Amino acid sequence: MAAPAPLGQRSALLDMRHVTKTFNGDVVALHGMSLTVNEGDFISLLGPSGCGKSTALRLIAGLSHPSQGRIEWQGGADDTDLAVVFQEPTLMPWATVAQNVWLPFRLRGKSYEQVKDDVLEALRLVGLENFQRSYPRELSGGMKMRVSIARALVTRPKLILMDEPFAALDEITRHKLNNDLLEMKQKIGCTVIFVTHSVFESVFLSDRIVVMAARPGRVIEELTVDAPYPRDEDFRTSADYAGHCRAASDALHQAMEAA
Amino acid sequence: MTVTDPTISDPVMVDEEETRRARARRIERIAKWVLPVVMMGLTLLVWDRIVVWNEIPHYILPGPRLVFATLVEDWAMLFDALLVTLQITLMALAVAVIGGVGLAVLFTQSRWIEMSFYPYAVILQVTPVVSIAPLIFIYVENRMAGLLICAWIVAFFPVLANTTLGLNSADHNLRDLFRIYGATRWQRLRFLQLPSALPYFLGGLRIAGGLSLIGAVVAEYVAGTGGIGSGLAFRILEAGYRLNIPRMFAALFLIAATGVVIFAGLSFLSHMLLRKWHESAMQGST
Repeated sequence: MAAPAPLGQRSALLDMRHVTKTFNGDVVALHGMSLTVNEGDFISLLGPSGCGKSTALRLIAGLSHPSQGRIEWQGGADDTDLAVVFQEPTLMPWATVAQNVWLPFRLRGKSYEQVKDDVLEALRLVGLENFQRSYPRELSGGMKMRVSIARALVTRPKLILMDEPFAALDEITRHKLNNDLLEMKQKIGCTVIFVTHSVFESVFLSDRIVVMAARPGRVIEELTVDAPYPRDEDFRTSADYAGHCRAASDALHQAMEAA
Repeated sequence: MTVTDPTISDPVMVDEEETRRARARRIERIAKWVLPVVMMGLTLLVWDRIVVWNEIPHYILPGPRLVFATLVEDWAMLFDALLVTLQITLMALAVAVIGGVGLAVLFTQSRWIEMSFYPYAVILQVTPVVSIAPLIFIYVENRMAGLLICAWIVAFFPVLANTTLGLNSADHNLRDLFRIYGATRWQRLRFLQLPSALPYFLGGLRIAGGLSLIGAVVAEYVAGTGGIGSGLAFRILEAGYRLNIPRMFAALFLIAATGVVIFAGLSFLSHMLLRKWHESAMQGST
């Protein structure tokens, strides 16, 4: 699929309007968050712990519901068009890699034979086509995460939600997965919302960074990273990258002080 | 490896610590089989010598050779008794599995059912079967059914408790994932909860295997001479009345051996089912 339309010319996929989530009647996890997600966006939710970024993700995923405000899907999309990647690989240990990737289809009543090609294609995308018959315990942390991403990609969802997926990995694996993630997104042309607390990761990956503050969780600022895709190792060492990192860092600082 | 250190590639230079560890591992592998066999042999020898040297009469303590001879001599009768006990044991175990897993599934499907019936499961478990058994034999006409009920009461609880724990211990992220993909209740049970519960269930099953044998034997004791009177427990009682101590020992040996075989069989089953993915079954040869 071609590169997404330039920022500002993309059609809306999802609208969050003044969304507030309160737990136990008095803990405000998220306060008045408004965000329009466009098709092809790579949005990072960046902020300190407790800023409601994971809460926002759960609300979008439909795992909980807003106390106030609305979340609306646009253009005929709905919540069956999304997939989630958690911080843990969250694989079924009793199932092989291929069976794990098959799961989203299996739950929709498709036999393995029907979707075999899709499963293999998803595994090829994450570079694990030779590991279909392996069990998760035989894989390294980074490879497990790749399986988890393949499971998210396999249904070709419009929107992929990622909740600090690489936080538990070492720096080298993380860099590699960041590079590969951009490549995969480019190939299948989906929209990504990526929760992270790493400034560098958010700048490298996204074209929109939503900076959030804690107590109560809320949006402080939205930054745009206009560097073109594909981005590679050169981008990581460019002045442009450094400039965006500084801007994001400053915004994050403000967010911490505002809390 | 990028550094070419001549001492590393030199075959004469072997890490002493590594060799020692390898030797220790090898010795342990052999000892694991040899030691129990040697100890068992020694025990039999000491037992035999004590009986012979002290001239203990066989109606007080028979020697191992006499026990073995009795086992061979009374084999037809003892084997029939063994089959009866084994039949009750295995049937009780089967019913314990069906009832335990069935109840566990029911409990996880509805909190209301669990809150209502769990206390009964606990009461059945904590009341000694010896004290319930006489009542059961009053109310249940069929002796076989009575024995089965007793053995089941003893055996089903570990299956129920472990399976319930297992069904509830599915990874919460996976639960969320199933929700996101719109899994039905049945799909969640079949593809997530039951596989998650398998290691717990198998743990409970191993305990239940031993307990169903205990339940069967205890129930036979309570049913007493008036019962169907051909299980191993009844043979022990009968031999006791006749002061046929060697036969008591022979029957006892058969009960113990049955217990060991059941445990080993269930352990093997557990290993085969889990060896590909579960930590507990991954450590080498066990």
